[in-house]
Amino acid sequence: MSTATHSLPRTIGAHAILITYTAIALFPVILVVMNSFKSRAGIFGAPLTPPTPKTFDLIGYTTVFGQGDFFHYFQNSLVVTVASLFFVLLFGAMASFALSEYRFRGNTLMGLYLALGIMIPIRLGTVAILQLMVASGLVNTLTALILVYTAQGLPLAIFILSEFMKQVSNDLKNAGRIDGLSEYTIFFRLVLPLVRPAMATVAVFTMIPIWNDLWFPLILAPSEETKTVTLGAQLFLGQFVTNWNAILAALSLAILPVLILYVIFSRQLIRGITSGAVK
Amino acid sequence: MGSLKIENVKKAFGPVEVLKGIDLQVNDGEFVVFVGPSGCGKSTLLRVIAGLEDSTSGRVLIDGGDVSVTPPAKRGIAMVFQTYALYPHLTVKNNMALGLKQAGTPAAEIERRIKIASAMLSLEPYLERRPAELSGGQRQRVAIGRAVVREPKLFLFDEPLSNLDAALRVNTRLEIAQLHRRLKATMIYVTHDQVEAMTLADKIVVLNAGRIEQIGSPMELYNSPANEFVAGFIGSPKMNFIDGAKLGETAKTIGVRPEHLTVDANSGAWKGTVVHAEHLGADTNLYLDCEKAGLITVRIFGVYNAEPGSVLYATPDAAKTYRFGADGKVLR
Repeated sequence: MSTATHSLPRTIGAHAILITYTAIALFPVILVVMNSFKSRAGIFGAPLTPPTPKTFDLIGYTTVFGQGDFFHYFQNSLVVTVASLFFVLLFGAMASFALSEYRFRGNTLMGLYLALGIMIPIRLGTVAILQLMVASGLVNTLTALILVYTAQGLPLAIFILSEFMKQVSNDLKNAGRIDGLSEYTIFFRLVLPLVRPAMATVAVFTMIPIWNDLWFPLILAPSEETKTVTLGAQLFLGQFVTNWNAILAALSLAILPVLILYVIFSRQLIRGITSGAVK
Repeated sequence: MGSLKIENVKKAFGPVEVLKGIDLQVNDGEFVVFVGPSGCGKSTLLRVIAGLEDSTSGRVLIDGGDVSVTPPAKRGIAMVFQTYALYPHLTVKNNMALGLKQAGTPAAEIERRIKIASAMLSLEPYLERRPAELSGGQRQRVAIGRAVVREPKLFLFDEPLSNLDAALRVNTRLEIAQLHRRLKATMIYVTHDQVEAMTLADKIVVLNAGRIEQIGSPMELYNSPANEFVAGFIGSPKMNFIDGAKLGETAKTIGVRPEHLTVDANSGAWKGTVVHAEHLGADTNLYLDCEKAGLITVRIFGVYNAEPGSVLYATPDAAKTYRFGADGKVLR
């Protein structure tokens, strides 16, 4: 390994920095997962030690599964996240295809308008959104959340995807047109597979804030029927007494689905089937 | 069948006029090459013929029928692109079959046509492969095969050899020429390379800045260029242009091809010093800095030894000297 670009001190230095960073980033997560398996006394007595046979306790998990309908909350979170993600990717990709592919009056202005949402936080419009949802009778439905999250995710999706769509070979789309493919077929069969890595990136960026959001479920859908996991975990957060075991257990469980979704998308990030299409 | 007629086609992108009124007639079975420097509008013209761009005004007629508003798939054309543009998720066979399937051709007929085309282009061993598993030359052959199976009235080639390396370019050029002979189809070919134009074409259309400069067979363009632009563009090395006033001529510019100059060590029309000599084996290119004519190129067939700095006399062949007027047009 003693090539011109690799020197031992430099390798050690780089690894030290990366390991330190990883440790800092993972520390809170590990702390949460570790303490979720401990008894209440264990959590407060020695919060930084892993569970020992003496402090090991599944009380948190039994509370979570016993009290409240946690499976249902999970289901709600998953429905909201997956549906929002689907709409963000579908509409985002379609809008960016139109912006990058067709010349029409006001194209640039439309692109700017659609990207404006990146700079303006959607929460500023909470009151108006609530009024809108009340007026349309969507309060306490998952539809309300899906609509809001779709709107929230679209600007960034369009911004990133239209850059990638511009890079898709024009010749390929024109070959499709000469072969008689419709614009929809060209979009779904030729262009989408080629921007799959970009779609995966957008999916990851969109998914995590939606899954973790507390604000909109609390305001738009706080009913027992429509509670999401983050809102459900609040159940154990009292004004005077907080059930730390249950909260830590709920949070540990909440990590799992996002982790699974992330693994699915990150595989797509690596895979690229562009090679061989052009050049 | 496959004739093409273009009537006063204009194309503008916003305020930029790319095509400034093109009239052209292509007869059935002809091999026509559009050639010109980059940005001259040759690719845009091809796209207008294909229907991938709408013309701002004018008409395109294929076999006498106006196709100005017909979508590309219904025009009876096939196109081969510079970047191959194969469908990455389909096998070679399905790449060729897709257009026919879309048009509703029976499966047996698709099978038959693919068989003929793949035999013609020696693609049989690769039919089940995907484009990613093929080399550049094979990919371009698949792209040509995809055009052949459609049995189009018009073949359109958009700089199909530009992405291939030099050796492969010569091979593929040969294949396209043979293909044309075998299919007797009408082909329109766009290139910026005048060698491709000269070797392939029945008829060359020289374009410059959105206008047709001249239309003619390769030898017509070589022997009697209409103007300075065509004279400079066709032929390699480029024609020498000499200021007429310096030679005491009435014409604005005098043009002599490098191969129509002879050199002598002792006497001749123009005295000059050798600046550089390129030895290519079959011929030798000399760059002479002449007292009267300025820097000129002389092409000598065979080997000729000339040291840079030595003095030589160049003499133009009077019968093959071109005289251009102030407007660039040839004076007869």
